[in-house]
Amino acid sequence: MNWASWSDFLAMGGYAFYVWGSYAVTAVLMIVEVIFVMRRRRDVLVRLARTVSAEQNEGNSDESA
Amino acid sequence: MQLLLSFSSPKTFYPLAGKLLPWFAALAVVLTAIGLYLGFFVAPSDYKQGESYRIIFVHVAAAWMSMFIYVVMAGWSAVGMIWNTKLSDMMAGALAPTGALFAFIALWTGALWGKPTWGTYWIWDARLTSELILLFLYIGYIALRSAIDDPRRAARASALLAIVGVINVPIIYFSVRWWNTLHQGASVSPTMAPKMAETMLLAMFVMAVAFWMYTIAVVLARVRSEILERESTSAWVAETVLGTRA
Repeated sequence: MNWASWSDFLAMGGYAFYVWGSYAVTAVLMIVEVIFVMRRRRDVLVRLARTVSAEQNEGNSDESA
Repeated sequence: MQLLLSFSSPKTFYPLAGKLLPWFAALAVVLTAIGLYLGFFVAPSDYKQGESYRIIFVHVAAAWMSMFIYVVMAGWSAVGMIWNTKLSDMMAGALAPTGALFAFIALWTGALWGKPTWGTYWIWDARLTSELILLFLYIGYIALRSAIDDPRRAARASALLAIVGVINVPIIYFSVRWWNTLHQGASVSPTMAPKMAETMLLAMFVMAVAFWMYTIAVVLARVRSEILERESTSAWVAETVLGTRA
């Protein structure tokens, strides 16, 4: 085991800023990318569902006319 | 051949990508956990650099991915140019943001590693400069695609940029050999025995594979959205959209 204690682990042998600065930014950016990708999928589905149902309603009203 | 054909049609690729996606996402999560455990708890301290060297587990993996993604992107661009397939252009386009992300991460973590190790965050040396150019190539590629409204013209122009820019990848890779740079030589190469402890190497490889799985999952998800948007007028998309919402 490399670390004597939890605080020893966090201190990273005096390189805490550099090590955690690297891992934190990497983690945040990757999580943000996943959120963006999921949000885009949701937006696309909502938008397309709206146009599709609008087209269907149009088709129905044409038939009834 | 059957498999290749199913890859080239957006209609069949959409459900296939949806089925594969969760597996790659799960692999990415599990491998990242294993990689971090190996990197922080199994790999020993470096006798010269102390604990700061632990940045390389994410730095090297991100740097590899930034180059690898570019080559794959240029490959799909070439396929799209030669056979004029829509899906290959979508794949190339979906890879770019993740490639840019990893190029940025490689530069960021490199800077944070460079400060305690070399005494500087940044230096205009061949390896660092060519990696920065890679980031700019990704950004230029994304900007070019969004600047052209006609998808066919956007595909052609961006594919050309991607293919021409691929020359930068071997420059990054071999820069530490061709020029006298501050950046250290390769820690791992196919022709030499590795210069690192085995557990360090293992952690690095596991992280690289984890990032690879992450990339595949994210790119598949992005391509699925792209397919829905571009094929929005076709009947199967209408069915899919209504089916997903219900």
